[in-house]
Amino acid sequence: MDLHLTNAQASAEERAAVDSELGAPESGWEGGKRQVERDSRTASAGHEARSRRHLLLPALHAVQKHIGWISPGALNYVALRLNTAPAEVHGVASFYGMFSLEPRPPVVAHVCDDIACLTHGAEKLCSELEQKLGPAGTPCVGGKATWLRSQCLGLCERAPAALVTAAGKNAKERALGTATPERVQLLIEYGTEDRLPGSLRDLSPELSIPQFGSKHSRLRLLARIGRTHPVSLDGYRGLGGYDGLQKALELGPEGVIREVAASRLLGRGGAAFPTAKKWEALHLHRELLKGNPNRHHYVICNADESEPGTFKDRVLMEGDPFAIVEGMTIAALATGAKKGYIYLRGEYPLAAERMAQAIEIAEKSGLLGKNIMAKGLDFDIELRRGAGAYICGEETALFNSIEGYRGEPRNKPPFPTQAGLFRQPTAVNNVETLANIPLILREGGEAFVTVGTKDSSGTRLFCLCGHITRPGVYEVAMGTTLRELMALAGGVAGNGRLQAVLLGGAAGSFVSPKELDTPLTFEGTRAIGATLGSGVVMLFDDSVDLRKVLLRIAGFFRHETCGQCVPCRVGVVRQEEALQRLISGKPLKSPADEVAMLREMAQAMRDASICGLGQTASSALESALHRWSLFS
Amino acid sequence: MEETDVILLWGSNARETHPIFFHHVLQGVRNGAKLFVIDPRRTSSAQWADSWLGIDVGSDISLANAMAREIITAGLASHKFIEHATSGFDAYRAHVEKYTLERAERETGVPAEVIRKTAHAYARAERAQLCWTLGITEHHNAVDNVVALINLALLTGHVGRYGSGVNPLRGQNNVQGGGDMGAIPDRLPGFQHVENDELRAKFERAWGVKIHAKRGWHLSDMFQAMERGELTMLYCLGENPADSEADRHHALKLLGGLEFLLVQDLFYTKTAELADVVLPAAAGAFESEGTVTSSERRVQRVRRTVAPPDGVRDDVAIIFDLARRLGHDWGPPDSESIWNECRSLSPMHGGMTYRRLEDLGGIQWPCYDESHPGEIFLHGRLWHDPLIGPRAPFHPVEFVPPVDELDSEFPIRLTTGRRLDSYNTGVQTRLYPSPLRREEALDLSPEDGQQYKLREGEKVRVSSRRGSVVAPVRFDPGLRPGLAFLTTHFHDQVATNDLTIDAIDPKSGTAEFKATAIRIEKYHGD
Repeated sequence: MDLHLTNAQASAEERAAVDSELGAPESGWEGGKRQVERDSRTASAGHEARSRRHLLLPALHAVQKHIGWISPGALNYVALRLNTAPAEVHGVASFYGMFSLEPRPPVVAHVCDDIACLTHGAEKLCSELEQKLGPAGTPCVGGKATWLRSQCLGLCERAPAALVTAAGKNAKERALGTATPERVQLLIEYGTEDRLPGSLRDLSPELSIPQFGSKHSRLRLLARIGRTHPVSLDGYRGLGGYDGLQKALELGPEGVIREVAASRLLGRGGAAFPTAKKWEALHLHRELLKGNPNRHHYVICNADESEPGTFKDRVLMEGDPFAIVEGMTIAALATGAKKGYIYLRGEYPLAAERMAQAIEIAEKSGLLGKNIMAKGLDFDIELRRGAGAYICGEETALFNSIEGYRGEPRNKPPFPTQAGLFRQPTAVNNVETLANIPLILREGGEAFVTVGTKDSSGTRLFCLCGHITRPGVYEVAMGTTLRELMALAGGVAGNGRLQAVLLGGAAGSFVSPKELDTPLTFEGTRAIGATLGSGVVMLFDDSVDLRKVLLRIAGFFRHETCGQCVPCRVGVVRQEEALQRLISGKPLKSPADEVAMLREMAQAMRDASICGLGQTASSALESALHRWSLFS
Repeated sequence: MEETDVILLWGSNARETHPIFFHHVLQGVRNGAKLFVIDPRRTSSAQWADSWLGIDVGSDISLANAMAREIITAGLASHKFIEHATSGFDAYRAHVEKYTLERAERETGVPAEVIRKTAHAYARAERAQLCWTLGITEHHNAVDNVVALINLALLTGHVGRYGSGVNPLRGQNNVQGGGDMGAIPDRLPGFQHVENDELRAKFERAWGVKIHAKRGWHLSDMFQAMERGELTMLYCLGENPADSEADRHHALKLLGGLEFLLVQDLFYTKTAELADVVLPAAAGAFESEGTVTSSERRVQRVRRTVAPPDGVRDDVAIIFDLARRLGHDWGPPDSESIWNECRSLSPMHGGMTYRRLEDLGGIQWPCYDESHPGEIFLHGRLWHDPLIGPRAPFHPVEFVPPVDELDSEFPIRLTTGRRLDSYNTGVQTRLYPSPLRREEALDLSPEDGQQYKLREGEKVRVSSRRGSVVAPVRFDPGLRPGLAFLTTHFHDQVATNDLTIDAIDPKSGTAEFKATAIRIEKYHGD
């Protein structure tokens, strides 16, 4: 712990920001005032101080939020407080896109230029902002603000999107859909005048859930949204909320696992793993290690929804947060976890606020904490916000992120159910998966499988975006075809001539208009070499240059690789370079050679990368190469 | 070290002075071990510690005895081990009775509660390691200090087991080997006492010469003998006493008064400058053949990988040539035959053929014959039932403060040590640049800086009862008011040993480098 690498000192404001997360320092050694009598005779640090390492990310968040950037002095102070080497603190801070380690004006407009927004004029928006405010990253409004290009902000149903953040004591964040240069500029100005409206602008169900109010749609997961206030516990209970937990408490852990197994629920995060199997593994651990005080179990709600084009989890959390809390509580009952974490994407201010409110209300109402519903169940939930790193949605990277390390995936095995968060058995479930749980308990696993197909039970949320008439989150029974889903959303927009559909996001695959009768099930998409992934259904009309979409996707992966393993770190860069050469008409040797090289590299990344990011970084490209001759 | 529960690092800044060893400490810490560092300064090692005990320089015995009393009264002593393998416990218990926590707090400055917690952590640990370095041994009562620590290990049974032991950290890769080979005043190779007639006769038969029947002088004795005029000729191999001796002015005068001084070294040291003859020697690590022995008693082979520069010769070749000139022809120098001679005379090395050393990657002594694998634990016998060998005795020792007392004229305690980038008197390190190296400065607490109205970098005159030097000051919050720190790395800039005292521990011959009384005054130039 060589804590003396630089002499940079934190300012009083930076210290206050850090202390707001870590509490006031107890001695001069931790950065407090030196009390010679005591501090020159004794110091405690070591394991106790380092056991708070998991507070590193919240502490960095606090500095970014209050100051607008993280200075070397602030990094040093955090290092001192957590008894962690400054190099490690710097390594973590520099890992995340939302943290700036260079001086940055307090007000920042993050403007999405990702693929969904590209179909809605994001480039035009950016070039107009460039004219009004100067190039991205340059200070404007008297040095008090700036604007930056951003990856997907998860507001694709309201593309083009932007997020304005104003740092300071009164820090605020404000998401902006259907952004225009004028509206972005106005919010920037509000920000510099300290009157940025807070994030509390509620989700509009009509806008985000086009099926809302329709008599034909039998909404299940989305049923409550818009029918009661998101954080009204009475409203939630009035619409069947907490009936599931009530039932679960009657059934006990094994009964719950039995019902979930009967429901044949597969994880909705993308990997489609049977939820009951995860829970059962933890439950068995609990039985094996009964009475061992050093064993803890965790359940984690993976709310790091960062797949470009995906926003269904955001809508669930903004519109029905208690369902997630209830789902996690049932998971805790089944697995024996006493503690749960929600790892929530950093770019979702309203979802974070709603989840925090729901947790607080549940705690006050005896639905979280000790002796839940007076049935002897103990469970707490802590909300952790990501900081702009796509890779942290990978479950082992997510563990490292919560623990205060760089969000680099771990090798598997051991699997999370064996050694996950803090090396303890952990069940990680996606938001949508957890939203299904209260439903399954309420109506029973047998009833649940009557919806959907034999191998894909229940309904599924799809994020329709791009050139679609009514973008938004749709809930349909598994087995609905792509054509039916598109019809439900009003059909192809743009020029009306469909060129391609991207299924599953940047890590998914393109399908052609000839494949619209594919049933949207795990097995149906697999049959055409595609995937449901995170539920993205992104349409492109034939005016779109797909090669540029592929280049943007390649740029996304180049930016988001964690850099840990060679195939991915090198592969994503080479892939983008080759696409760049092909598009600019300057291939090495022939275009065919470049394409052959791209395919070979895709194979190497798929075979040899540690985690799913590298393994799927070429899948959109490969699916496009398979279907079209883009580069000849 | 990596699989233990508690590590006590006592009088050691291993992070900087034993950086490779410290990696193993850190591995232990990473595996969950609690680290306690006992050091007057909050060093970079102490920054890693779960708890740091900032004791007054030289008050170690008071701390150790108080820990012992606490362990006994709290019922945490390992009576099973004490009864099985030790002697003198009752006298020891009676002796430490007066070392209450309150008394120790008074004498060491460490809060009683912190001492109590440390004692409990050490005693309750399933496995515990106790490590020390020069903070324990560079005192007028060095051996007493060591004994006080060993008493703690005997009291708790933390010795001779996997993950538990007492570890004096050696300063060089082959300090252990030097002692093993008889570079100790009273021992022949293999720790065989020179005053034992039978053992001595064995060597005399093998070597065909008479060996002086009385123990020799250690380094401090030698300087006293120079002063008496009894020692007039010195052959100095790989040692730089002109810089490293305490009360250096005095030492320089004595070295200068010798009739003949022969220096054999890799470098042209300060001592070499005084010599009548200097013999340039090859580097042991890569220009010669032989063995070295590490702190864990592991004998390892070293091999010649490059030829020494022209005119430079291997130590063994030089010694063989000298012998020939003095009328003893030992034949051509050959490291393996010398080693085999050692094996034939030193039973604990008996089974270590070059072949086996190579095959096994080194062997830990004792290794009596070629079927013996060597011993992982030196004191594993203490756990054997029935006990093998003699019982391990408790040795009650009293706290006696440092010789160089503080008073109104010399109110500040100066202690010495090393920094990561440099080694001892700098002979082996000053020729290499290091990004970490800073010019020598007197480290002071920020509070003393304020009290003396000093700015960082400002020069002060530092005076002790023996001499004075001029040095810039630097502030280190790891020091408390009244405590200062210097190294001996840059004697050309700051001749630290002009200040230190040659108060010698009669048992080990080591001077009290760690405790000097000084005063400081603003320096306004000559």
